[in-house]
Amino acid sequence: MRPASAASLPPRMLLLAVGVALAALTLWSLAHGQVSLTVTQVLQAIAGRADDTVARIVTEIRLPRVAAALLGGAALGVAGLVMQALFRNPLADAWSLGLTAGGQMGAALVVVAGGWIGPAAAAAIGVFAGLGLVTGAALGTLAVALAMMAMARRVGTVTLLVAGLMLGFLAQGLISVLLHFTHRTQGRIYAGWNDGTFANMSGSELPWLALPVAFGLVGAVLIAKRLTALMLGETYAASLGTPLVALRRMALAVVILLVAPVVAYCGPVAFIGLIVPHLARAAVRTGDVPRVLPACALIGALLALLGDFIVHLPWDQHWLHLNAILALVGAPMVIGLLLFSAQMRGVSE
Amino acid sequence: MTPRLQVQALSVGHRGRPPLIEGLSLRAEAGEFIALIGRNGIGKTTLLRTLAGLLPAAGGSAALDGADLHRMAPAERARQVAVVVTDRLAVPGMRVRDLVATGRHPHTGWWGQRTADDERRIDEALVMADAMPLSDRLVNTLSDGERQRTALARALAQGPKMLLLDEITAFLDLPSRVSVMSRLRRHARASGCLVVLSSHDLELCLQLADRLWLLAGDRQLADGTADELINRGHIGRAFDQDDVQFSAQRRQFVLATASFDANLAGDRHDVIRTESVST
Repeated sequence: MRPASAASLPPRMLLLAVGVALAALTLWSLAHGQVSLTVTQVLQAIAGRADDTVARIVTEIRLPRVAAALLGGAALGVAGLVMQALFRNPLADAWSLGLTAGGQMGAALVVVAGGWIGPAAAAAIGVFAGLGLVTGAALGTLAVALAMMAMARRVGTVTLLVAGLMLGFLAQGLISVLLHFTHRTQGRIYAGWNDGTFANMSGSELPWLALPVAFGLVGAVLIAKRLTALMLGETYAASLGTPLVALRRMALAVVILLVAPVVAYCGPVAFIGLIVPHLARAAVRTGDVPRVLPACALIGALLALLGDFIVHLPWDQHWLHLNAILALVGAPMVIGLLLFSAQMRGVSE
Repeated sequence: MTPRLQVQALSVGHRGRPPLIEGLSLRAEAGEFIALIGRNGIGKTTLLRTLAGLLPAAGGSAALDGADLHRMAPAERARQVAVVVTDRLAVPGMRVRDLVATGRHPHTGWWGQRTADDERRIDEALVMADAMPLSDRLVNTLSDGERQRTALARALAQGPKMLLLDEITAFLDLPSRVSVMSRLRRHARASGCLVVLSSHDLELCLQLADRLWLLAGDRQLADGTADELINRGHIGRAFDQDDVQFSAQRRQFVLATASFDANLAGDRHDVIRTESVST
């Protein structure tokens, strides 16, 4: 008979543990950095009852950064899950398929355009405002996503992955060339943003990240069941009454809403979207998207915050890079998946 | 009384190409177990996909309980028709039970929350397809035969009025083939589901199917019981060739190995040895 209901208990306990760890790490990240605060001070600052210095450290510096990590990690984790279902490819994510690079390219174009039309004009039309960056990143992400979807119909899993990585290199090359012909200030603006980090987020920009991500997460929830059907292949999905064209458009919109603002404000954050769905599937012991999705959001947020936490430990010498930390976890996992995982059997060609 | 399936002047084929089958008219009743047979490339898969509503009809119509299958809303059709196709199921991280549970999608809400009745139907489908022992396995670790049993369980879980199965026994050994086909026949009888199964396992189909739909090379379909098709010579005309022929008397195919043996023996042209090709 079917597996005992007790078998579903460990995944729930595991997710509960992830939730508790997430809450603890959030408080810890708000309390610790170059200046150490107590949890009470943090809570007082959030409640608006702390002194100015503590309030500034918590609400203006650390809270936006921690919120960006939580939102960005959840967004990238869920986007990875949606992409792996959309492409029927267990190694698909925004970074590996070049969508991140496309987003960087779009954002770079906005920065460069700002340089060409002059800072005053740019400020007047709000091109440097959040909307401009997010729109640029969204258009770049969309362009690459459409190209990859067209390619996915003709090539296998690994070929698509290599094509995505090459597209990423191409975008980076184009960005370098583009910046070469622009003002030095614009180049510096872009260079400061080109490395993945949650630390550049400011409180005033946070809504531009949070709103699209919130819409994206809601969209992902709405299409979760149909994404499971899509993973069986188009014929089976259609036989289950799935509207394929509408679902693909919706999934694409969800990916753009989740990825573009993260790229625009946090730069290219690698590996989270690629590895989190695998961790989530292992945690909840299923590939059923509605059950994997909450786990993806939680684990993605935890991983991003953990990476950010390590980066912001008070190191003596210099900053660590977020992507370096994520690569230390992510790269061995991807290699392990490719070489040893039963999940990859039969789908790696 | 309205038949379970009524096909009228149906033409099937792929867009932009000449139809594979033209002017097909037939009917099938609830609870029948029908085998669709014919040589490779004759249009069996295309016919099944057209009946499933996955391909548009090139002409004519197909109705399930009087409702046109190609005008039915996809969600409604999914509640009434289930298919197993030859596409290989490869779903990372998905366990067999979860995959079978996708058969309940047309009956569940937007989040896919399953009721106790859904779980019971999934259990029944797993048992019927002999896939219960695979329940907790990852789909990507299954053998081809195990995958076919899983795909069948998924379709059964859909609880359809019509079940269309494309070569689902291709990777099964003989005992498993007999077992699966017998179970499907019993299921059809017990539930009233119309089961149409395409297969190259002709001898088993002749023994187990209520009726056969034989697609021949003239884009036409011969419909009848095994006895009717054998006695009218349809089976022989469709499948006989120099080195294999259908024996109406033995109801099986026999190899005509005369030329082969003669080559081996040198000059014994007068000896014709036949041997069964049944498995």
